[in-house]
Amino acid sequence: MLELIFGKLTLEALPHQWYTLAGTVSIVLGGIAVAIFLTRRNLWRWLWDEWLTSTDPKKIGIMYIIVAALMLFRGALDAGMILVQQAFFAVGNAGLSADHFQEIFTAHGTIMIFFVTMGFMFGLMNYIIPLQIGARDVAFPFLNTLSLWLYIAGVIFINLFFVIGGDFASTGWLAYPPLSELEFSPGVGVDYWIWSLQISGLGSLLGAINILVTILKLRTPGMTLMKMPMFAWTSLCSMVLIISAFPILTATLALLSLDRLLGMHFFTSDFGGNAMMYINLIWMWGHPEAYILILPSFGIFSEIVATFSSKRLFGYTSMVLATIAITMLSVLVWLHHFFTMGAGANVNAFFGIMTMIIAIPTGIKVFNWIFTMFRGRIKFTTPMYWFLGFIGTFTLGGMTGVLMAIPAADFQLHNSLFLVAHFHNTAIGGALFGIFAGFTYWFPKVMGFKLNERLGKYAFWCWIIGFFMTFVPLYILGFMGATRRLDHYDPATGWQGLFMISALGVGFISFGVAFQILQIIISIRQRKQNLDLSGDPWNGRTLEWTTSSPPPFYNFAITPKVSERDQFWTDKTSKHAPKPIYEDIVMPKNTAMGIYVSAFVFLIGFALVWHIIWLGIVGLIGAIACVIIRTNDPETEYVISAKEIERLEIRNNIR
Amino acid sequence: MTDRYKNFNLALFANFALFNPKGWIASEQKELIITATMLMLMAVIPVLVITFVFAWKYRAGNNAKYAPTFDHSRLLQFTWWTALCAIIVVLSVIAWKSSYALDPRKTLKSNIKPITIQVVALEWKWLFIYPEQNIATVNFMQFPEDTPINFEITADAPMNSFWIPQLGGQMYAMSGMKTKLHLEASDPGTYRGLSSNISGEGFAGMNFTAVASSNADFDTWVRTVKQSSNILNLNEYDKLAEPSKNNPVTLYSFVEDNLLDTIIMKFMMPQEAHKEH
Repeated sequence: MLELIFGKLTLEALPHQWYTLAGTVSIVLGGIAVAIFLTRRNLWRWLWDEWLTSTDPKKIGIMYIIVAALMLFRGALDAGMILVQQAFFAVGNAGLSADHFQEIFTAHGTIMIFFVTMGFMFGLMNYIIPLQIGARDVAFPFLNTLSLWLYIAGVIFINLFFVIGGDFASTGWLAYPPLSELEFSPGVGVDYWIWSLQISGLGSLLGAINILVTILKLRTPGMTLMKMPMFAWTSLCSMVLIISAFPILTATLALLSLDRLLGMHFFTSDFGGNAMMYINLIWMWGHPEAYILILPSFGIFSEIVATFSSKRLFGYTSMVLATIAITMLSVLVWLHHFFTMGAGANVNAFFGIMTMIIAIPTGIKVFNWIFTMFRGRIKFTTPMYWFLGFIGTFTLGGMTGVLMAIPAADFQLHNSLFLVAHFHNTAIGGALFGIFAGFTYWFPKVMGFKLNERLGKYAFWCWIIGFFMTFVPLYILGFMGATRRLDHYDPATGWQGLFMISALGVGFISFGVAFQILQIIISIRQRKQNLDLSGDPWNGRTLEWTTSSPPPFYNFAITPKVSERDQFWTDKTSKHAPKPIYEDIVMPKNTAMGIYVSAFVFLIGFALVWHIIWLGIVGLIGAIACVIIRTNDPETEYVISAKEIERLEIRNNIR
Repeated sequence: MTDRYKNFNLALFANFALFNPKGWIASEQKELIITATMLMLMAVIPVLVITFVFAWKYRAGNNAKYAPTFDHSRLLQFTWWTALCAIIVVLSVIAWKSSYALDPRKTLKSNIKPITIQVVALEWKWLFIYPEQNIATVNFMQFPEDTPINFEITADAPMNSFWIPQLGGQMYAMSGMKTKLHLEASDPGTYRGLSSNISGEGFAGMNFTAVASSNADFDTWVRTVKQSSNILNLNEYDKLAEPSKNNPVTLYSFVEDNLLDTIIMKFMMPQEAHKEH
């Protein structure tokens, strides 16, 4: 009877290790503190009406970024624990247990990819893309809030084992079978992992469709594809990749969960299962994923280098072609993640060479950025620091990547710390630095005041020094034959010194993070000194800088007209302002349906992890019912009259 | 003082397994890594130099030439597309040729008769079977120097990766399958071997020692193993295959015939394997 109600969820499953208990306590106390604060200030209604149920892509973007930032702390804490273990405890048999250590690096990888980088990217795109293309909203506002809440459901799911109990996957972030099969991972850890990715992956797919359609259909009159800002272009390509690749992930994980739930044999060792199939499929998604994360950052840097060089982006057409080339090539290289599986020389050589070819369009982008600076007037703001840091780190990461693309060399580098250093080199030095640059660059647009420059530069220096201190030792350790994911190693290997330098580097990075937090706090307190009243604090070039900071909820009172690239820059030099003629604007209403659907989907996931059949049925019926109710709602939009717009605009201009 | 420094230096570089190769494959791989890096530095160093030169020269306060609309140059685009393509063409040729030359499945050319060692990754230790000598070992292997070694690799565990860095690249060990790897040691010595792919709780302890010795020493060693009281029949194998961590070296003076095939075929005849569970 109990099993019918609770499935596999028993008292023994509840948290009982020191780290799950600590997690439970901190999550519960944090939750209570937030609840008390909201009740005291009477903010519940405001939070619900203004934020949680909002369909405004700007607010959705901010919520994405807040959640991603929280997850960044979780992921960074994991990183710290990994390196402290490897630097100080791994030579004895002290410190974390092997299983706990493996859970930590699995969580670290999963969180950093799916919940930090993806979250930040969707946040920035939601906020900036409609503004950059002169749109008032995204194409599908309801889908947008649904995507956000599916992402948040995924975030809750991956942290759930702290509170509900069970274990977390200890299989590495891609959970290769047969290790991730029931035979070797009988706990619920892998199921938590699967369903948090399934739920957030669905959110990513819907979000990508939304942004793709927004870019293709909602561009302001006159903005042809070849007049779009670079960030819109790279986002477009990134979304195309999500739509092509994420269904593969969903299908692969579905097969793995069929193995685990219903005892099927897609990837098991016996009964004709084939783990190599999983490894192929997961990387058919996984490699495009790397470019899904890096392409938007390429776009951000393109905007930044042009703005702060006060110059048009060099070689725009060549940049667009390079972006498209990267997009197409990125789906043809997945096998380079497992040259060592024994495919043979011709297959390996083909995929190796395809991989190297990606270096050509990527290199082209670098040259174009450099020549954007040529004969410019460069202002060394914090975003520009991140850009220069990125060129330094990313060229190194690109080089080590091409090195590993040579199959015969990869046999010696694969699965070593050289590999770990390489992908952190591109993920941090490429994607994350781009996010930080974009965050600083667009912050005044979002908040109405600039971030403190001095603290931003301190943060940059801590990050860049910490970055090289952390990852150069890992490259060297790779040459010493040190492999990844070791919870202990023989002191005779002579690795410990380098691991210690690496851990010290993480310390430096944590100072960088501290400066970033301080930067935000100080900037809010001193906002009067850094107010952006013009809406254009950096002397920008693209449409997002034509609105006020922060923009009104309808983005543009009048749809902007575009006849060339960098329209705003041209307008500023010509100076002609016709009297505005306002028209009625149709905007989407807020809706809580995104939250409800995600909550029911969350229940489905929970039911599947713990084998609670009735709960799964409730979740499924609930989610479908919510979608049907929403679909039949005739009043999802409202109209703001031209008069009202005029009143708001005048008030806005006076302020 | 100088001696101590020298010793320190030696100790430091002795640890650099990839730059201290002891076999033909590993030497070639080292050369390959160095050549490719040098080639790429031809593009990377100029990029870094001009980035910082431009950034400095065109800083706002410097009043260098300012051309805000200069955004296109056919000559420049042509130059870097060609330069990058040229480097990648050269690298591709190198990659293609080395993939064939160093294909791990290819037997090594030699006048000396090769030795076969069968490798089984278990939870969490390595079993090495010498079918010609009819002996087996756990977490330790010995072989004569300058002799090609034909490794036949499988797993009775989650996927592992079999790797002796100083002798050459790694190969996955997968259950129900046999992968091949061909290596040889040019010098006698003791080399570190390991698994580089996570396979569960005890994976970090899956280290082994690989010893390359003279032919005579190898023969002596085989005779020593032959005197061991341990034998590896199917019963003993099942016990060995149970999960265990940080296993000591074990020597077996006898191995069940075709044990490797039996282990592989276990996954092909799941009904029988299932009965055991």
